[in-house]
Parts: sequence; structure tokens; C-alpha cells
Amino acid sequence: MAEMTVELVAVERRLWSGKAKYVIAQTTEGEIGVLPGHEPMLGQLVEGGVVMITTADDGHVGAAVHGGFLSVTGDTVSVLAETAELGEEIDIAAAKAALTQGDEDERARAGARLRAAGQSA
Amino acid sequence: MGAQLRELRARINSTKSIGKITKAMELIATSRITKAQARVQASRPYSEEITKALSALASGAANLDNPLLTERANPRRAAVLVVTSDKGLCGGYNANVLRATEELLSLLREQGKEPVLYVIGGKGLNYYRFRGRDVAGSWTGFSDQPHYVNAADAGTAMVNLFLAGADDEAEGPGADGVVGVDELHVVYTEFRSMLTQTPVAKRVAPLEVEYTDEGESAQEASPTLLPAYDFEPSAETLLGALLPKYINTRIYAALLESAASELAARRTAMKAASDNANELVDTLTREANQARQAQITQEISEIVGGADALATAGSEE
Repeated sequence: MAEMTVELVAVERRLWSGKAKYVIAQTTEGEIGVLPGHEPMLGQLVEGGVVMITTADDGHVGAAVHGGFLSVTGDTVSVLAETAELGEEIDIAAAKAALTQGDEDERARAGARLRAAGQSA
Repeated sequence: MGAQLRELRARINSTKSIGKITKAMELIATSRITKAQARVQASRPYSEEITKALSALASGAANLDNPLLTERANPRRAAVLVVTSDKGLCGGYNANVLRATEELLSLLREQGKEPVLYVIGGKGLNYYRFRGRDVAGSWTGFSDQPHYVNAADAGTAMVNLFLAGADDEAEGPGADGVVGVDELHVVYTEFRSMLTQTPVAKRVAPLEVEYTDEGESAQEASPTLLPAYDFEPSAETLLGALLPKYINTRIYAALLESAASELAARRTAMKAASDNANELVDTLTREANQARQAQITQEISEIVGGADALATAGSEE
């Protein structure tokens, strides 16, 4: 199956980069799935969104992305984020606590973190 | 004599402990520089990607009609963001940034623009407060380890101020009732090497659009045609969302550079201080030895003189 290069970059560091088969993200227009060979596009991601990557060896990488953009060019996909967290790094207890309290913005972020970590929000 | 020797020994001890402190600060600064440089490196992928996305947008968008890209017809007020350190003991670091700022301020005044000061870092804030100058806003407490949220705080405030300035009239604020600015400048310290840090003043808004075929992105990529992008939402909306983030990134990069420069300046200053302390200890030790020697010599000559006097007194009897 065809592969593409995916870069998941936050302002402070590069979170993940590698070969992948499939990327799902939510732009402000709606959910989008990107397969290799997708036409070039640039999209704005929703606040508190989740990006799911299916890697070349059928693994799954989930990330909570805040204030992000998605850029697809030829055979590379880049996800730019102001802040982003990988699913495996997320503190689930802290996110659950943030979900019950805090303002609307914070709750949306906490929900995204939980979904990225594979929990139901 | 004895008093002098004691005094010298006390000074040697205190100089030695000062030397230990400055040496420790030098070592701390050295270890932190490496971290600061790693953070500069870590922030590169994002700024490269966002630059690529912007160039794609610029070539895809029908019109680059964004306030952040438009030069104002007659700019009246210019915001200046100065990046200084929170702590001192870093040689001429702050003095250099503040001097560059003063130059920029007088240049702006010459051009008939009223400068508005924004300060990052405690030292700069104190400098302007002590002189009774107006500081429109300040952010402190992160100068040697800045995070993106810090840059975003300052950046968002500055961008909002800039956008609010679009409708200002000669007398007071315009329709929105907020007095904004027409230009944004940043003064920070560029990290050239461990020994050289240069203060630089840059204009971040309005951004200058370069109409070239060989931009930064074209140089590294192969000279293929830029793909025809599909934009979601429209290119203009995207540009409006992406540009403030780009300015935040620029400010974040300035903060990181400044942090590395601050630490490098501190290392150099502390190294000089430690060297001075060691030199002073050497000189003082030499003086102390001389004083000790003089004391012994004096004691001997006193004994010899005394014995002589006794002998002369004995022979006369």
C-alpha cells in the first residue's frame, strides 16, 4: 500500500514524524481523511481537535491538537499546532479532572486530550 | 604589622568564596546554554513548516489583502517590544538591548511616529520605571526559559493592538474606541556565538511581502512548480488565521534567541569575575606572605637588637 510522510510539529518541538497510510483530522469545514496521493491542500483545524495517524506498520498515533493547521503537499502531510500532545503522553486523570471543571475552552481541550488518549470523553 | 596580616587573610577568604559563587554561576549558565540552544533547534521545524504554508497561501490567494500585510498610509504610533532579562549579572547584555532600543525610539520619533513601549523581563521594566517612562505593558518571569505560551500572550496582545490601530484618527481612537498602533517592532539579542551576541531591532508588522521566485522555501526545495492548493476554509480566512500565529512564532524565536544570549552573556561575565577573583587571591596571598616575612624579619631584628643591647650593657659593668 502506498505510504506518505507525516510530520506532526508543535511550536516547541517535533512530536512525531514518519511513514503513514492514513491521517484523520477535523478542519473547520468538517472531518477529513487523507490517503497517500491526496490533492494538495491547506486547512485550518478546529480548536481542541484530534489527529489520528495510521502508521505504515498499522500502528495508531493519536494526538490532541490545539490551534493547528493541516498542510498536504504531494506525498507529505504536515500538521502544525500551537500546542499538541501525543495520546500516550496524556495524563488521563488530569484531563478527566479538567473536563468536569474549568471554563468552556479548557473543557474542549480536555475532551480532545481524552479522545486522543483513546478514552471516551 | 600583625593587624595588616590578619586583614589580608580575611580579604583572601572572602575573595575565595566570591570566586566559588561566580564559578558556580558560570557552570550553571554553561549547562543551560546547551538546553537553550536545543530549544532553538526544536522550534525550527514549526517555523519552517509555517513559512512553507504561508508561501503556499501567498501564491494561492487571489489577493493578499490582510491588515497585517498592509502598510498604513500615515503611521502615527509604533509599538516597540523590548526583550531583556529578569536577572542581572550578565555583563552588558541588558545595557546593549536598551541602547539599541533607545536608538530605535529616537529613529521612530524622527519619522514622526510616537513610540509605545512594551517590555519583557524585569531588568528592562526597572530601567524604564526608574526613569519615569511610560511602559504600556510588561511580561516577566520567564526570560531564561521562555515557553510558547509566554510568546503567545505577548504576541496576541501586540497583534490585537495592531489590528485596533487600523481605524485610528489623528485625534484619539477611531470607531472601535481603542487606541492602537500602526507598526510593531521587536528588539532582542541575536545569538551569534558563545562570545558574540548582538542586539537587533526588527519590524514584525506590517509584514513585508517579498515577490520573488527564489524565496527561502524555493532554495531548499527542488525547483518544481508549487502545487495548486485546495484551501479549507478560503485562502483569505486562512491567511487571517495563520498570520497572527506566524507573528507569535517570530516573537517566540526572538525570546529563545534572547534566552540563549542572556545565558551566554552571563557565562562570559561570570567567567571574567571568577578569573578576577583568582587573580586577586594570588596578589593578596603574595602581599600576605610579604607581610608575614616582614613580621618575622622585624621580630628577629628586635631579638638581635635586644641581645646586643644586653651584651653591651653587660660589658660596660
